[in-house]
Amino acid sequence: MEKSRPLWDNPLQFVFACISYAVGLGNVWRFPYLCQTYGGGGFLIPYIIMLIVEGMPLLYLELAVGQHMRQGSIGAWKIISPYLSGVGIASVVVSFFLSMYYNVINAWAFWYLFNSFQDPLPWANCPLNSNHTGYDEECAKTSSTQYFWYRKTLNISPSIDENGSIQWEQAVCLILAWLLVYLCILRGTESTGKVVYITASLPYVVLIIYLIRGLTLHGSVNGLIYMFTPKGSVSHSLALQLEQLANPKTWINAATQIFFSLGLGFGSLIAFASYNKPNNNCERHAIIVSLINSSTSIFASIVTFSIYGFKATFNYENCISKVILLLTNAFDLEEGAITADNLNSMKDYLTSVYPNEYAELLPQIKNCSLEAELDTAVQGTGLAFILYSEAIKNMEVPQLYSVLYFIMLLTLGIGSMLGNITAIITPLTDSKFLSTHLPKEAISGIVCFINCIIGLVFTTKAGNYWFNIFNDYAATLSLLLIVLVETIAVCYIYGLRRFEDDLHLMLGHKPNWYWKIMWAFASPVLIISLFIFYLTDYIHTGTLQYQAWDATQGQQVTKDYPSYALAVIGLLVAASTMCIPLGALITFVMKRLKRNVSTLE
Amino acid sequence: MLEILLLAFSLATIAHAELCSPGAQNAIKVRYTWDASEEYLFKAMVAFAMRRYSNKATTQISNVLLCCMTERVSFWFVVTDSSKNVTTVPGSEVEAAIRMNRNRINSAFLLTDHTLEFLKISTTLSPPVESTVPVWLVVFSVVLCLVIAGIFLLIVSGIRQRRKNNNDSAEYGDLEDQCGTQVTTENGIPCDILDLKSGHINGVYTADDERFTPL
Repeated sequence: MEKSRPLWDNPLQFVFACISYAVGLGNVWRFPYLCQTYGGGGFLIPYIIMLIVEGMPLLYLELAVGQHMRQGSIGAWKIISPYLSGVGIASVVVSFFLSMYYNVINAWAFWYLFNSFQDPLPWANCPLNSNHTGYDEECAKTSSTQYFWYRKTLNISPSIDENGSIQWEQAVCLILAWLLVYLCILRGTESTGKVVYITASLPYVVLIIYLIRGLTLHGSVNGLIYMFTPKGSVSHSLALQLEQLANPKTWINAATQIFFSLGLGFGSLIAFASYNKPNNNCERHAIIVSLINSSTSIFASIVTFSIYGFKATFNYENCISKVILLLTNAFDLEEGAITADNLNSMKDYLTSVYPNEYAELLPQIKNCSLEAELDTAVQGTGLAFILYSEAIKNMEVPQLYSVLYFIMLLTLGIGSMLGNITAIITPLTDSKFLSTHLPKEAISGIVCFINCIIGLVFTTKAGNYWFNIFNDYAATLSLLLIVLVETIAVCYIYGLRRFEDDLHLMLGHKPNWYWKIMWAFASPVLIISLFIFYLTDYIHTGTLQYQAWDATQGQQVTKDYPSYALAVIGLLVAASTMCIPLGALITFVMKRLKRNVSTLE
Repeated sequence: MLEILLLAFSLATIAHAELCSPGAQNAIKVRYTWDASEEYLFKAMVAFAMRRYSNKATTQISNVLLCCMTERVSFWFVVTDSSKNVTTVPGSEVEAAIRMNRNRINSAFLLTDHTLEFLKISTTLSPPVESTVPVWLVVFSVVLCLVIAGIFLLIVSGIRQRRKNNNDSAEYGDLEDQCGTQVTTENGIPCDILDLKSGHINGVYTADDERFTPL
């Protein structure tokens, strides 16, 4: 009796799993930044074009491959061609690297979540220095939220060379994060299928709550206006926005964002689709998932920018009141003589009437600018942990919003982790060798355990620098290569006609001419151009640099990577990309050996 | 919100008639929006603070002199000592007295350390409330226990299910050995068992001797 492959209970679980995997932290912290940098509203045009040309076809391709072959990535590509087993292995290696560092983000989210249950929030105020006469020195130079992130959470060292010890608080949060992931994938699709209901829907609930809260905050409109104006323009005229379209970087970033946001090439989509019933309509699901992923990005950026606007306006108004107070005190004016409206005219008046005193005061008077506050736009962990926590601490009932927000980050992160881990475990459980000797729970447990132990590196004092190395280099180039090989393999090695027939068998109709053109020409061309662009970019920039936190100055400084860090980067890229030719080579050699053996007999 | 600024002590010598003047010795500057009644209250509070501090009930409201009021509501004040004619109480004493009773003075005016400033008397920052067990550790432990309990439950139920499956298939295996070659099987399950497990025997094939085609 052959053991049947576990299946999703219903197609909805599959769609939710894909959504929860694709909709991740990148939608929240990368897209808003890109949107603002490359022209706001205008950025949507290349984004949507790339979605249609690149995102949907490649997603459909991966889902179809997984659903038809009913195997994880290694098995699926072996079926397509025995020389392509390297592609599957490369996917597993990249997924392995990703899961190593990605769960650290969940650990940080847990840390912030657990710290949200107190009044006042720990990142709301600077701690006092040792003799209680003032605030802690480092905190006074920077803001309390940055201090909490760099000192209390990461306890970051000044450079990547100084390794420091493991921060036990982060380590236990990481262990908890891995235990939670293990709990979710323990029983395979049985448990994962239930969990994705929550991880797919909860972020939307929180985003809607934040949308309502964000739009009703004072100053949120400033943020929204800022989002739709390209950087450096004074007015949001259409011409200026469209000017950004001529910039090739806009298109490249749109393509990259679509590509990585959907999570192509990791093998997770193939793994998820392999648990489908053979007649599942993966074409419709591909379109649904990619559309939901993109609209979530746009939705999240509206929320993010209204929160931005609130924070910037709050800081700007604080700055203005400080200046007003300073002037009022220095010149003994009546309370209310200087207001925000007449500040500039009062400044001119004071300069003329008391030139000497005003000149003395000048270094202390800051030039408050709303633009400057909004320009502190950031992406990545800086946005998620520093900026949002700063905005939250100024809201009413900050504990509630803080808890909601970090639960949302957690569900987004866990959802993506489920996909990554499934990509690693599915090929392992598919292999006859491992599944006969070990039960599924043990395999998942061992994978989680190994990842957890290696992940402890990221909880050391220099851990964040290694995290950034992995974040920037572990997946980028390799994925482009993997997906390129995938597309070429399906279209030209396996044969587009054969693939068409398989789809006809599964779905009941042949794919449109549109899909075929995208698979055969448009997507490979696009990926090759992205690949060339990134390679030339890497070569041009020469030495790679990173941002280190300088505690004495209270800000980030740029430093060069030491040689061993560069070696690690090279290893990361090589480890996954080399699998593809190596796999082909080994298969070739083994076939040769077998032929020799059989001819000898 | 009323802003009050504090003025520094000044240690310049003063003449009798100018006991209270800006920068006078032992004079402190204060700012506030203000009328005569508020002024009276302020004098009373300072006198109260001096009495509390030095424990002698000799300081009167008339001992507190205010001067140089500006429209910003900032002024200087000194405290005279009526026992020693015409001299002002040392600035350090006044400072200490006010520092001790700062809270009371603030509350009298419904202001805070920020809004009622005594220049030169810096606010002492209150240390944050430290609980014995950090809050995050409590929440962490709760979540950790829940997750471990969940894992344990799932693993145990998985093992139990697998053991049940093994036992069932072992049963079928035993029966086969006992009954020898006469037992007919359908997909590895003996037909008798299949029958018991609500399997349906297809009537077409029940002719015993024709069940197996002879080799």
